[in-house]
Amino acid sequence: MKKLIASAAIALMGLAGTAIGEEYPERPILMMVSYGAGGATDFQARIVTMTAGNEDALGMPIAIINKPGAGGRVGWNWFATQADPDGYTLAAYNVPHFIAQSIKGGVSYSADSFEPIANWGADPAVFVVAADSPFNSMADVVAHAKENPGKLTFSGAGLFVGHHIAALQIEKAAGVKMAYIPTKGGGAAAMKAVIAGEVMGGVNNLSDAFRAQEAGNVKILGVADLQRSDFLPDVPTMQEQGLDVDNSSVNFRGVMVPKGTPQEVIDELAATVPEMFANPRVAKKMQAGGSPMHIMTRDEVKEMWAAREQTLKELLAGL
Amino acid sequence: MDFIFYFGDVFSPLSFLLLLGGTIGGLILGATPGLSPTMAVALLIPFTFHLEAVQGLILLGAAYTSTVAGGAVSAILLKIPGAPANIATTLDGHKMAKQGQGAKALQLSFLASAVGGIFGVLLLIFLTPVLAQWALAFGPSHLFWLAILGVTVIGSLDSASVVKGLLSGCIGLWLATIGFDDIMGAQRFIFHPSLGGGINIIAALIGLFAIPQVLTMFAKGRRAQGAEVIEVQKHSVLDATKELLRRPRALGIGTITGSIIGLIPGVGGQIAGLVAYDQTKKFSSEKEKFGQGHSEGVIAAESANNAMVGPSLVPLLTLSIPGSPTAAVLLGGLLIHGIFPGSDLFDNHPDVAWTFINSMLVGQVLMCLFGLYVAGLAARVAQVPQSVMAAIVLALSVFGAYSVQSSMGDVYVMACLGIGMYFLERFGFSAAPLVLGLILGPIAESNFIQGGMIADATVGKASYFLSGGLNIFLIAVVVASIAYSAWMELRTRRHTTKEEAQA
Repeated sequence: MKKLIASAAIALMGLAGTAIGEEYPERPILMMVSYGAGGATDFQARIVTMTAGNEDALGMPIAIINKPGAGGRVGWNWFATQADPDGYTLAAYNVPHFIAQSIKGGVSYSADSFEPIANWGADPAVFVVAADSPFNSMADVVAHAKENPGKLTFSGAGLFVGHHIAALQIEKAAGVKMAYIPTKGGGAAAMKAVIAGEVMGGVNNLSDAFRAQEAGNVKILGVADLQRSDFLPDVPTMQEQGLDVDNSSVNFRGVMVPKGTPQEVIDELAATVPEMFANPRVAKKMQAGGSPMHIMTRDEVKEMWAAREQTLKELLAGL
Repeated sequence: MDFIFYFGDVFSPLSFLLLLGGTIGGLILGATPGLSPTMAVALLIPFTFHLEAVQGLILLGAAYTSTVAGGAVSAILLKIPGAPANIATTLDGHKMAKQGQGAKALQLSFLASAVGGIFGVLLLIFLTPVLAQWALAFGPSHLFWLAILGVTVIGSLDSASVVKGLLSGCIGLWLATIGFDDIMGAQRFIFHPSLGGGINIIAALIGLFAIPQVLTMFAKGRRAQGAEVIEVQKHSVLDATKELLRRPRALGIGTITGSIIGLIPGVGGQIAGLVAYDQTKKFSSEKEKFGQGHSEGVIAAESANNAMVGPSLVPLLTLSIPGSPTAAVLLGGLLIHGIFPGSDLFDNHPDVAWTFINSMLVGQVLMCLFGLYVAGLAARVAQVPQSVMAAIVLALSVFGAYSVQSSMGDVYVMACLGIGMYFLERFGFSAAPLVLGLILGPIAESNFIQGGMIADATVGKASYFLSGGLNIFLIAVVVASIAYSAWMELRTRRHTTKEEAQA
C-alpha cells in the first residue's frame, strides 16, 4: 500500500512538474506584502502588478494579500515557512529590512530562504529637518552634534530598518554620537515628530520627505545614495557633503519566491516580471505618486542582496 | 466658503451615483464583522484606478463615513463590534436589541452618527489650519498621559466592581505586550508563530465579544428547545428624533469628545467612543441605567465615533501626515492620482479637496437616510432562534477574524480569547475594560519609551514628562478621574454595607 501511494505521489509530482513547465501560470497568483494596506510598499506593489493580467505580461492577475506586523517579520516568517513553493505565491521584499532582521536574529528566514525575481523600486533615505530649523546642511548638523555629543535627537521608523542603517552610517562617517529615536508607526510617525519639533531632525523616505517638502513642512539636507535623485536634483548626496555614506540604506523593493520553487517557474518569472514593471502605464502612476522606480533583473538583485548582507554584517556587528 | 462653490460637483450624475454606491456598500461592509473602515477603504482603492481623481475620492470618502456608522449594526444586533470604534456601542446597544428595542437603538445610532459626523466635517471645513496646530501639539509625553487617562477609565467601565474592571484591564495590558516589540524588536511571550505580530485587535474584539455569547447561546439552546422569541417593537423615526433631542448632553459630550480625540494622530478613532461613553456616564443623572440598555450610551458612543471622521483627516490633508490607518489608505488613494496632500491639494486641486470633503458631508446624510430605512428590517435579526443565531454568529466570527490578514493564526487567537472570556464573564469580569487595556497598552508603552529616549538626550525624564502646560493639564485630569472613581466606589460601598446591616 505504501509503495502504491509513493508511486502515485511520484507520478503526480511528475505530472505537476510538466504542467508547470508548459502552462505556468494557469491561475491567478498571490503576492504577499508584509506591511499594511495603504503603506508605501503596499501601494507600490499594487501599481507595479496592475498590468499582470495583460497578455504580454503573465496573462494572469496578481492579487495582493497583506500580512503586516513586527516590522515585516510576521509576513516574511510566514513566507519562509508556510508559503507553497509552486510559483503561485510571490512576496514583496524590502532590502535592507529583512536582511538586517535576519542578521539580528529571532526570525526563521535569511537571504538564503528566498529566490529574488526582480526589483521595481529604490527609495533612498534622506535627512530632514523642520522648515524653521537652523540647520541648512549636513555640515551644520554634524557641527552641532560635535559640540553636543549624544544630544542631537533625530527620528526614524524603528530599529534595523533602512532609516536606522542610514543613521548608523551617518554617525560612523561623521565620527559623532547622536540620539536616534525609533518611532512606532513607521515613517509617518517619524515625520510627524520632525514637523512638530519633538526631535531636531530625522531620517525618512525620500518619497515621503519630497511630499512634506512640497507642502512646506520640512527641509531636506542630504540623500543617502550614490547619486542625486531625479525628484530632488538640488539636494546633494551625503558623499558630496563629505560624509562617506553609500547606498546601503536605500530601501529596495521587489518580488521574490520561496526557496524550492521549480527552476522553470523562476526563469519564466525572471524573464517576464521586469518587462511588466517597465510598462509605461506603471511608470506614469509611480512617477505621479512620487515613488522612484529602479528596475533590476534577477541577477542584479542577487548581487545586490549579497553585497548588502556583507555591509550590514559589518555595520551591525558592533550593536 | 470655497466648499459651497464646489457643492455642485457632488451632484453630477456619475459622482452622485458613486456617492450612493459608496455609502450603501460602505454600510454593508461596515456591518460585516472583521471588515474595519480601514480594510473597506483599502478594498475600494483598486476601483479608483479607473476613475478620475475627484470621483475616486468621492467613493473613498463616502465609504469611510458609512463604514464607521455601519459598524454599529453588528455591534447592536450581534454584539460584534466591527472595529474598535464600536466597542462602546455594544454595551447599551446590544442590551436594547435583546429587549426588543433593536429598531430604536439602530435609529438612534444612525441619527447620532449623522449629527456627530456632520459636526466633525464642518470642523474640518472651517477650522483646519487651527486644528492642524492642535494635532501637532501632542508629543510623546502628552500621548503617554492621554493613554494613562484612558487606563483610569477602565475601572468604571461596564463592570459591577472597580476591582474586577481593573483586573480585566490588567489582563488586556498583558496581552498587549505579546509579540515583537515595535520599537526595540524584542520578542515577548511568542510561544506560537501566529503570535509573532502580537494579538490583532480586530480578531481579539470578535473573540472577546462574540464567542462568549455564542457559547452561552449553545448552552441555553440545549435546555430550551423553542428558544424565547423576542418581540421586536416598531419604533418610528419621529420618536427616535425626539428621543435624540431629549438627550442633548449625551449628544454634545459625544460629538465634542469625538472631535477632539479624533484629531490626535495615532490615538484617535480607537478610543473616542469609549471615552465619550465614560464621560457621558459620569455626567448623567441616570448613571445606574448605563449598561442596562440606556439610549444615552448608544447616542454618546455613536456620535463620538463619527465625529472623529472629519478631524482625523486634518493631519493628512494639511500636513500630509496620515494620523490613522484609514488616513494612510486614503493617502494611497490620493497619490495614485498624483495629488499630494498639503498645500498642493488646496492650492492646485481645490476641486478634488473640496469635492472630497463635501462628499463626506452629503455621505453622512445619505448614510443616515439609508440606515433609518433599513433599521426596522435589520432589527428583526433578534427574532432568529438562538440555536440558528449562534451558528450564524460563529460563522461570521471565523470569517471576520480570518479576513483581517488572511491568517488562520488570527482565528486561533480569536477562539482562545473567546473561550477564556466565557469563563471570565462567569466570574463577573467584562470584555470592554480588557479591550481598552489591549488598545492603550502599546500607546502608553511606545510613547513612554520614545519620550524617555528624547528626554535622556535633552532635558531629563522628570522635566520632560512632568512640566509644560499640556502635561500638567492632562495629569490633573488623570488625578481627578481617579479621585472620582474612588469616591464613587466608597459611596456605593457605604450604601451596601448599611443596607446589609439593616437586613
